[in-house]
Amino acid sequence: MRNIRAALAGLILALAGPVMPARGYEIEASAHFGPPDAARRLAVLSTTDIDFLRPVIEGWLARTPGIGLDYTLASSQEVYRAIAEEGAVFDVVISSAMDLQMKLANDGFARPLPAEMLRTRPDWSRWRNLLVAVAQEPVTMILSDHALDGGLPMPHTRRDLIALLRDHPDRFRGRVGTYDPEVSGAGYLFAAQEARLSDTFWRLAEVMGRLDARLFCCSGDMIAAVRQGDLLIAYNVLGSYAAADGRTAPGFVVVEPEDFTLTLLRTALVPRGAADPTTAEAFVAFLLSPGGQQLISAAAGLPAIDAGAFALKPYLRPIRLDPGLLAPLDRISRQGFLAEWRAAMDQP
Amino acid sequence: MTRRRPTSLRRRLVIQLLALSAVLSALIFLAVRISADRASEETLDAVLGAAAVSLAEAMRGGDRDGGSVTVDLSPVTFSMLAAMGEERIFYRVDLDGRTVTGYGDLPLPAELPDALAPRFYTVGFRDTELRVAAVRRSLMVAGRPAPLLVLLGQTRDGQEAIAEGLANRAALVGLVVFSAAAIFSLLAAGSLLRPIGTLAEAVGRRGPRDLRPLRDQAPAELSPFVTALNGFIARLRGTLSQTETFIAEAAHHIRTPLSVMRNEAELALRETSDEPARARLRRLIRAVDEGARSAGQLLDHATVLYRAGQQEMAEIALGPLVAALVERSRPIAAMRDITLLPSLPAEPLRIRGDAVLIEAALRNLLDNAVKYSPPDSAIDIVLATLAPAGGGAGAAMAEIRIADRGRGLDGAAPQAFTIRFRRGSNVGDVPGSGLGLTIVAEAAAAMGGRFDLSPREGGGTCATFALPLPG
Repeated sequence: MRNIRAALAGLILALAGPVMPARGYEIEASAHFGPPDAARRLAVLSTTDIDFLRPVIEGWLARTPGIGLDYTLASSQEVYRAIAEEGAVFDVVISSAMDLQMKLANDGFARPLPAEMLRTRPDWSRWRNLLVAVAQEPVTMILSDHALDGGLPMPHTRRDLIALLRDHPDRFRGRVGTYDPEVSGAGYLFAAQEARLSDTFWRLAEVMGRLDARLFCCSGDMIAAVRQGDLLIAYNVLGSYAAADGRTAPGFVVVEPEDFTLTLLRTALVPRGAADPTTAEAFVAFLLSPGGQQLISAAAGLPAIDAGAFALKPYLRPIRLDPGLLAPLDRISRQGFLAEWRAAMDQP
Repeated sequence: MTRRRPTSLRRRLVIQLLALSAVLSALIFLAVRISADRASEETLDAVLGAAAVSLAEAMRGGDRDGGSVTVDLSPVTFSMLAAMGEERIFYRVDLDGRTVTGYGDLPLPAELPDALAPRFYTVGFRDTELRVAAVRRSLMVAGRPAPLLVLLGQTRDGQEAIAEGLANRAALVGLVVFSAAAIFSLLAAGSLLRPIGTLAEAVGRRGPRDLRPLRDQAPAELSPFVTALNGFIARLRGTLSQTETFIAEAAHHIRTPLSVMRNEAELALRETSDEPARARLRRLIRAVDEGARSAGQLLDHATVLYRAGQQEMAEIALGPLVAALVERSRPIAAMRDITLLPSLPAEPLRIRGDAVLIEAALRNLLDNAVKYSPPDSAIDIVLATLAPAGGGAGAAMAEIRIADRGRGLDGAAPQAFTIRFRRGSNVGDVPGSGLGLTIVAEAAAAMGGRFDLSPREGGGTCATFALPLPG
């Protein structure tokens, strides 16, 4: 249902596209909330599907009447380009691409947030007073209900997964999927972080390469492929998408690897060039408030920021929100990493 | 009217010590702040330099044909570098003078670093200020060496925060030092000035007749003062002994010729039978008596004044003293057939006072009583204790009442008689100087006592001389 609505919205917006002013970055969709004639309109640029954030936005607008909100959806690369290169005017930028958000903040495109807003945030969920996480999302693997037919053991770690794939090459050949880091910023971020944390990443990459793993641009496509039976295992799927989809269409299980499960932080920043920073800060403050977090987790299905989750599931590793994220972004480093990746994937 | 407060040594000392400690505290603060700044900058520079070097070392020359360079930036290095106070990180890699990766607009150092050590510089970049480490080495690219320049910059917001924290702590240390110095300077001022207080106390504690030179151990700085004080005491002692000698000499010099004169006049009176000459001689004798009496009273008065100033109090048994005085006055009283009727309590009634003053006062009162009493009458002398007036307030008094049957006060106010050289209006026929009651009043005042004259019931005068009983 949600997907259809999103697709419909995308279609409408695609049609409306040509009347929009010329710009150097591409958007995927946009939506407008609140009274159409509102004097103050908050411009939000985000990588999060509109439908995920719709209840949150509507919840906020209900509390602050007289304000409209223009929501623009773009890919993480385009979000970065819009702010860093095109000088587009947005009031709030929300993105799951932690590395690009970090680069925006590091390079001075973010505006300091008020100290009282950040005082209660855990250290790992913010960087300086520039960048703050609004949701934490585990990066999981999902297994089709048919993946383990015949009593195969449930893989709980990467080691288990490697063993499973290695022991049953015929079953899994061509039916394992993961992000294509060359195409997807998120996929590259996950791969680089995993490679940083553990050597099993490269062993897994080689195993998957040997099994002719299929590469995807997005979590949604992987989930769809699993549901349609094309894939038995999808590796590195955003848990929130999996969970959201799992609610409506069972047919797979979500596994959080217990050696470590990367946890992506969906971060928000107020750009330096924001037209209405006060309202922007109010919106971010709402996202961080108990009410906003409640809406994010309950209505949007994105896990709220919860330090307790790390105590409960000690294998959850929040991706470190610090300039360490900048190193893999380096052009030459990236080229080197992707060359290694290609070598692992393309095996004779 | 401007009130000038006396200058205080203690205040001056404390203010100067406080000023000194304030300066010292400020110096401590500055020293801590500067050295902390330098130390933290050196530490952070060392970390930054090591990161830049490791970054440069991770660079590898590319393949011979591609001519590129392999960069393997370590996220850990970046994380560590940024960890101290959440710094922002910028870098730039130049190969052969061409930026191959990083921030191409990161400013280059003024001077290229040498091959071994990183060069550090501070530079403004975009919206912030950076501390940059520049490292140079060469890299084999396409078969030939190419110069590689690695710049690694970080903001120093954290260092500033640390320096601020250190400065706050240094300020706290300075404040503590200052407070300690303040307390110490108060104590020091107190102990420094204590000898002055001790000396003042030693001088103040002395009795009125104690004119010995000061022998207390005074600090060397006070010895000029002590010497001057001792000199002054010596001069005072000289002056006082001169005065005492003068009074004694004067008494002697006046009384002796007067008594010679009286003896001669009496002899002449006895030897002559010429009535007019005898009458003249009697007048002469009377005048000499009056003169001797006046001289005695003048000396009494001088003595009273002198001793009142000296305040030489001692314990005196009032009973025996009064009894002795009464006995001494009996012969004169007997000459006029006047009876003295003392009424003394059994206990001696000890008080604190100057025996000479009391004797002078009572002698004058008895003389007066005898002088103004008609022949063949009696004088009552009563010594008694008197409860404090007003039922409790004030001290109990020892009271000596001398009551005669003389001619009374003739309606005059009793205070009039205590004025020097003033005599009653009804005493023209009796010789007197008008000093007697002045002496009594002054003696009473000098010892905190009281003197009253009141008409006696049934004629005559009642003189009351009261002295406070001790506690």
